[in-house]
Amino acid sequence: MISRREFLQVVAATGAIFGASAPLAQLAAQQKITQQDLLGFTPFGNVTIAHLTDIHAQLKPIWFREPSINLGVGDAEGKPPHITGSDLLAYYKIAPGSPEAYALSSESFVALAREYGRMGGIDRIATVLNHIRAERPDNTLLLDGGDTWQGSYTSLQTKGGDMVEIMNALKPDAMTGHWEFTLGADRVTEIVDELPFTFLGANIFDNEWNEPAFEPVKMFERGGVKIAVIGQAFPYTPIANPRWMIPNWSFGIREDEIARQVSAARNNGAELVILLSHNGFDVDRKLASRVSGIDVVLCGHTHDALPAPLKVGNTLLIASGSSGKFVSRLDLDVKGGNVLDYRYRLIPVFSDVIEPDAEVAALVDKIRGPYQSDLTEVIGRTDSLLYRRGNFNGTIDDLFCDAMLEVRDAEIALSPGFRWGPSLLPGEEITREALYNACAMTYPTAYRTTMTGAFLKEVLEDVADNLFNPDPYYQQGGDMVRVGGLGYTIDPVKPIGKRISDMTLLKDGSAIDPSRAYTVTGWASINENAEGPPIWEVVETYLKAHPAVRIEQNDAVKVIGV
Amino acid sequence: MKEVTRRETLALGAAAGAAAMFAPYVAWAAVEEANALIAKFTGGKAATDGKITLQMPEIAENGSTVPLSVSVDSPMTKDNYVKRVIIVADGNPRPEVATFNFTPRSGVAEASTRMRLAKTQNIVAVAEMSDGSFHMTKRQVKVTIGGCGG
Repeated sequence: MISRREFLQVVAATGAIFGASAPLAQLAAQQKITQQDLLGFTPFGNVTIAHLTDIHAQLKPIWFREPSINLGVGDAEGKPPHITGSDLLAYYKIAPGSPEAYALSSESFVALAREYGRMGGIDRIATVLNHIRAERPDNTLLLDGGDTWQGSYTSLQTKGGDMVEIMNALKPDAMTGHWEFTLGADRVTEIVDELPFTFLGANIFDNEWNEPAFEPVKMFERGGVKIAVIGQAFPYTPIANPRWMIPNWSFGIREDEIARQVSAARNNGAELVILLSHNGFDVDRKLASRVSGIDVVLCGHTHDALPAPLKVGNTLLIASGSSGKFVSRLDLDVKGGNVLDYRYRLIPVFSDVIEPDAEVAALVDKIRGPYQSDLTEVIGRTDSLLYRRGNFNGTIDDLFCDAMLEVRDAEIALSPGFRWGPSLLPGEEITREALYNACAMTYPTAYRTTMTGAFLKEVLEDVADNLFNPDPYYQQGGDMVRVGGLGYTIDPVKPIGKRISDMTLLKDGSAIDPSRAYTVTGWASINENAEGPPIWEVVETYLKAHPAVRIEQNDAVKVIGV
Repeated sequence: MKEVTRRETLALGAAAGAAAMFAPYVAWAAVEEANALIAKFTGGKAATDGKITLQMPEIAENGSTVPLSVSVDSPMTKDNYVKRVIIVADGNPRPEVATFNFTPRSGVAEASTRMRLAKTQNIVAVAEMSDGSFHMTKRQVKVTIGGCGG
């Protein structure tokens, strides 16, 4: 860990990535980042878009380490958001050790986390939004990209009710979704029917009659500009998540349908067309290159945070991160159906700098009140950094795999490559809240089964293709399934069936035998009939026996060819 | 016995003994068999790309019932219309999926149906026009285990 003094010495004053005010690094060197430095923005044009996405029910400030490995394939190779660590800092001219570096990269994460504190907190987000609205009362649209109602202990206990209550207080103008659907069709319908704003899903259709199941588009007028917001829910919800929970809804990318909605919106007088998307960044990049007439895509799902918009043709792609770390503000000058120019700021929500909004803070306390003793109960402690993001493994998942191998008595453990779940710093206590932040969901069953070596290979190949298919339309946006007790080599640029090799059973170093049956445990099965205890119970049981967690470096996955 | 789709078969965390139990030993149609069907349809003539559009999901949500829509750009007049469209799946045990017949009185050359997909494969649609020419298009539809998106 570097000291604050050393840290300040490496802070160099390069360009201000986050906007027009003084570089945060300079201010950090003077030890005086203020709320105004984070929110400062010279209002521009006639429309302001505020974008939030993938909050994953994080009401309180969190640590969140961005990935150090996030490979791009095909046309996305080496392009944002597939640039990480020091390469990312160099690409965006961000000073190492700066607040921007802490917020956007994995570099020196632990040291910088101790320096700059937690990020996010829905009460701080409320302050940011209040500020924007006060500055732009008649010009602002707030759009929520979804993955809002899932990801915490309280969201699980209240079936998303806590987030609905909070978001209603934040007053978004529209939202779309993904994990929302894992609450089941009945609960989603119940909530959506009562929402004071529109839940959009232009790509969701009734399975039987192929009729739209949700509002596809919503028209607004802000600053005298007619705005169409088209909603695109996560296209692969019934594939990546349990289809049995939403049996009557079909999703998909449905590029033709989006094109149809864009031209219908234009015909209805829309001067600005926004796609509020949960496609994932690479899918949106391809879509923007093929469907004309979209001015702005507000990207979500893949949890990328980009400090500047990425332009594809005339379309601006905005990536606003996850877990409440950022709020995007995009000011647009729209005239005669064209965006003439724009200003953008990815506002980092430094929780120690931005004052909580008192009203929303009180609402958070009210919501969490009944669960306070559950949330704060200490169930372990970690001596090493626990995080999830990364293409091949995360230390939280290493802990989960260790727990499943022991508690479920299996040779091999599989843990899904989710991208949500905050981090824990070395020395922190593991509370029940922290545990649930990594696994709170509606199909948590930790199953135990047998799989042949051949089938295990097929599983790895299948998931790898969902991540590394060179055509983004075939990608599902998660990371590689995490493995415990199993090692393998992966060549991401090979085709399906050829990426995975050298599968090894770690307990004895033997090569995986295609015809032998292995005892396998895992969680988050999309099957309706999975049997076993919920994953949090398994991890709690494990922590009772091993209360001090230390995750050693994991070399079980070897990456070649990139 | 209830038919088990590939997705159910492969779904991560399938019930005990999953893999060995299921894997259905069907002799998959070779791509050659699909090509032979197309050659028979065209009488050996070359089919050109364009004019025909096949709408299918990139990844099947449910391999046992995958929606499919085909349309051909044609004025559908007495002198210029689409006669037939064949749909072929090059990875199914029986590659012939459907043949749609049209006349000028059809008005438009469009049809929709649902099909079963045994595994990831290409779906080929070929249209025979009234002037004796052929147009084709191809689309890959993936059948995946799913369950890890995130």
